[in-house]
Amino acid sequence: MIDRRLLTNIDWMLVGLVVIISLLGILNIYSATAPYKIIATPYYIKQIYWLLAGMLIAFAVCTVDYHILEDFSYGLYGILVVLLVVVLVVGRRSMGATRWLNLGVVNIQPSELMKIVIIITFARFFNNFQSVGGLTVKDVLFPLGILAVPTLLIMKQPDLGTAILVILIAVSMTIYRGVRWSTVLTFSLVTIPMAWLGWSHFLRPYQKNRILDFLNPERSRLGSGYHIIQSKIAVGSGGFLGKGFVKGTQSQLRFLPEQHTDFAFSVFAEEWGFVGCLVLIILYLSLVLWGLNIARRCNDRFGALLAIGVTAMLFWHIVINMGMVIGMFPVVGVPMPFFSYGGTSMITSMVGIGILQNISMRRFMF
Amino acid sequence: MKGQRFVREVMESKQRILRISFVVGAIFFLLLLRLWHLQILNADDYRSMSENNRLRFVPVAASRGAIMDRTGKVLVSNRPSFSLAVVPQEVKEKDSLLDHLARLLGLDRAELEDRWKKAMGRAKYYPIVLASNISRDQVEIIEENRLRLPGVDIEMKPVREYSSKTLAAHLLGYIGEVSEDEMNKKGLDEYNPGDYIGKNGIERSWEHELHGKDGGRQLEVDARGRVLRTITESYPTVGNSVVLTIDAALQQQAEKAFGDQAGAAVVMNVNTGEVLAFVSYPTFDPALFSGKLPADVWKSYLDDKRHPLENKALTGQYPPGSTFKIITALAGLEEGKLTENSTVNCTGSYKLGSSTFKCWNKRGHGTTNLKKALRESCDVFFYQLGEQLGVDQIAKTAKKFMLGAPMGIGLANEKPGMIPTAEWKLKRFGKRWYHGETLPVAIGQGYVLMTPIQLVSMIATVANEGTVYRPFLVKRIVDSEGKTLKEFKPEVMGRTGIAPANFRLVKQGLFSVVNDPGGTGGVARLTDVLVAGKTGTSQVVKMRDSKRSTPYQYRDHALFVAFAPYDKPEIAVAVVVEHGEHGGSAAGPIVRRVLQAYFDSKKPVSKPVGSSTAPEEDDSQSEDQPPVNNQAAPVDGPND
Repeated sequence: MIDRRLLTNIDWMLVGLVVIISLLGILNIYSATAPYKIIATPYYIKQIYWLLAGMLIAFAVCTVDYHILEDFSYGLYGILVVLLVVVLVVGRRSMGATRWLNLGVVNIQPSELMKIVIIITFARFFNNFQSVGGLTVKDVLFPLGILAVPTLLIMKQPDLGTAILVILIAVSMTIYRGVRWSTVLTFSLVTIPMAWLGWSHFLRPYQKNRILDFLNPERSRLGSGYHIIQSKIAVGSGGFLGKGFVKGTQSQLRFLPEQHTDFAFSVFAEEWGFVGCLVLIILYLSLVLWGLNIARRCNDRFGALLAIGVTAMLFWHIVINMGMVIGMFPVVGVPMPFFSYGGTSMITSMVGIGILQNISMRRFMF
Repeated sequence: MKGQRFVREVMESKQRILRISFVVGAIFFLLLLRLWHLQILNADDYRSMSENNRLRFVPVAASRGAIMDRTGKVLVSNRPSFSLAVVPQEVKEKDSLLDHLARLLGLDRAELEDRWKKAMGRAKYYPIVLASNISRDQVEIIEENRLRLPGVDIEMKPVREYSSKTLAAHLLGYIGEVSEDEMNKKGLDEYNPGDYIGKNGIERSWEHELHGKDGGRQLEVDARGRVLRTITESYPTVGNSVVLTIDAALQQQAEKAFGDQAGAAVVMNVNTGEVLAFVSYPTFDPALFSGKLPADVWKSYLDDKRHPLENKALTGQYPPGSTFKIITALAGLEEGKLTENSTVNCTGSYKLGSSTFKCWNKRGHGTTNLKKALRESCDVFFYQLGEQLGVDQIAKTAKKFMLGAPMGIGLANEKPGMIPTAEWKLKRFGKRWYHGETLPVAIGQGYVLMTPIQLVSMIATVANEGTVYRPFLVKRIVDSEGKTLKEFKPEVMGRTGIAPANFRLVKQGLFSVVNDPGGTGGVARLTDVLVAGKTGTSQVVKMRDSKRSTPYQYRDHALFVAFAPYDKPEIAVAVVVEHGEHGGSAAGPIVRRVLQAYFDSKKPVSKPVGSSTAPEEDDSQSEDQPPVNNQAAPVDGPND
């Protein structure tokens, strides 16, 4: 199925960055889970499996020309919305929220897949959108509707992190497409009352607490503000060179919450210090810029939009996770792509990478 | 046309991506700045925070020192007590756990809940004690069900054990959880909430020796408070033990002697100031105060008219009554207002201006000299002497005995008593001293107040003819191995400077009180040891209607001070029986029993059975005997 010619065009830069970050992640997971109870398959081993599985999936995504996605986009969107409804009705309860859907063999998280599907759906919509110039308020009403349905369903689960991600991806793609200033202004004016409404009707108490804790971490030293404080202590105490591999006290003594998943970066920052963080940030920045580069090099609009969407997805994951860990953003459950432990995140990110690779290696043949 | 538009769009897109790249770079730069701020600028602060984070100090209470009597008999020690504790962080389902515990152990569910709630403000790795002092059976039940009770733990800690139950409870005192006020005091900053501290008695005043040094474990814990390992461990240092001057056997006899009466007794070595018995009666059970005092017990203590919780020997201030005549007599002798042979004709009352002062004997004592006046406790004799002396000269002599101020026995809240002077009255009431007020003072009434400690010190000073020893309760401090750390020597507070001849005159009178016919203190007489003493009856209220139906709280106090042996004094005793009415009848038997016990214990161990003529049955009989002694007196007393 895959053209032999294409193999010569494999984007090794992309592969290399992802593999290096993933390996650093596995190393970090090893340290973060060192104080955990010993289980049959350690987390870092599992993460290696997920990495391999993710690469297979990325490879699989590369094999089919991405243009085919344009035809499937609305169909995928429809299926995902149905799944989101189903998950609300019958989904397995996990961590106080209903996110998982048991499909017999694997549990899937429709909200995760929605991140990819919203990219494809928006790419398709803007690709076919004919008017020139920035989008007017009227122009954005349809994409807003496309966005609102799954977002509200995800919030209902409730999974604030994913909902925010989906919104940010859509907004990033819209801004890339170009919006008029008047549209931006109008939405700003509408958003404020909307935010108030969301605060009073949609946010769960724990979500409100997280936001309040973010604004004032001292609010509850042992409550949810605890996470932010402990994470800041971990990062800050790492200093310039860090405490050394598996020597971080905050992580080894388990002061950090979910330290192998959402707070993995915190462990890394403690043990490798500013120098380690600088290296990791450069790697991530390179990945994001390379993603943008793929979009820039792509000579068809759909491909560029897809690449922008995937890059935005990676970028916002990185920024929100890191911002949360270092106390710039509220604690929302957003993992660090390739770095946090977890199959779902790995698969989603790898699907994204597969799409980028797909676009990158087909850049000469439109 | 279409192609052109497409090319323009591609160009625009490329430009837009370039701009986006800059934004992305800027945002990453911001993240980097934030990391710089945390990891470079504030690294030291966070580093110290992280160090505090992982290290927890868990104090381990030191075992408290013991309290022993002078013979080494242990009066207060420690025994293990088990309590039920839970570590909140390890408990998943609080309610079901509490239900389960209440059912298993038969505990009150509401109380468990209450205790849990009260402890919620504390760190979650800190165990909450849900029930203290649980039985061994309950401990076993918990052990059997351990697996089903996550987070539940049995804590063992030493609690105070009083081997002689209520013996000397006021003296020994009790311990309790340190209060906030106490923690704020200087020198007590080492104490943590929940620590035990001596609340009164010896437990309080010797806290610094008894407490020991708490140890502690430096633990590495995780955020859930789970102990990962012990970094350092300092073992607690057991507190030092206090060896009292008290003789437990003597104390026991003295307490028994009170029967169901209330009062105080202090027994002192006249040549050292060592206190051999320190009784406040009735006593209480100090063990109950370390834990939760049962409400009914507390109520019964409060309702008891005899005030069992009051330390009467330390804080009771009584008019010394006729025992104070010793001071008045010495003042008269010293000031030259009185000689051995001065006489007064007692007609049963004494007139001063428009007032009439009555002698206790309405019929009068007739011609009375000093010896007779002491023996029969003639009031008129001392009214007249008092009038000649004036209040300030009486006070001057009293001050030579260090009266009117705490003796410094070494227990908190010791009362000063009261020795009135004209100046004091002017200051206190703004009024000058009236002559008529001196007369009650001369017989130990009116404003005069003394504590049992002062009473015993006064009689001891008479016995040793002029040396005021500071009464003391602690003989030595020993460490947990029994090695002596500190030994306490007798301390001379002062010397009266009163001529020994004058002391002897008074002592002859005191001998007569106990041993001669007509003496008010015959009850205290022993068969083989010569006793000297003075009775006293102090008015609680001025006027009493009928002799029969005076309510308990208005009855007179009965006092007795004594020393023995007469010719070579060893010990002094002061007894106050609250509302006991007559010094001789109520306090005398107690004095006698104490002296008997003291001298019995000094006899060789191989003493033949029956050599003592004062077995216990005798004593209990004599308690009911009438006060005035009409029995034949021994003839070997001094002649007058």
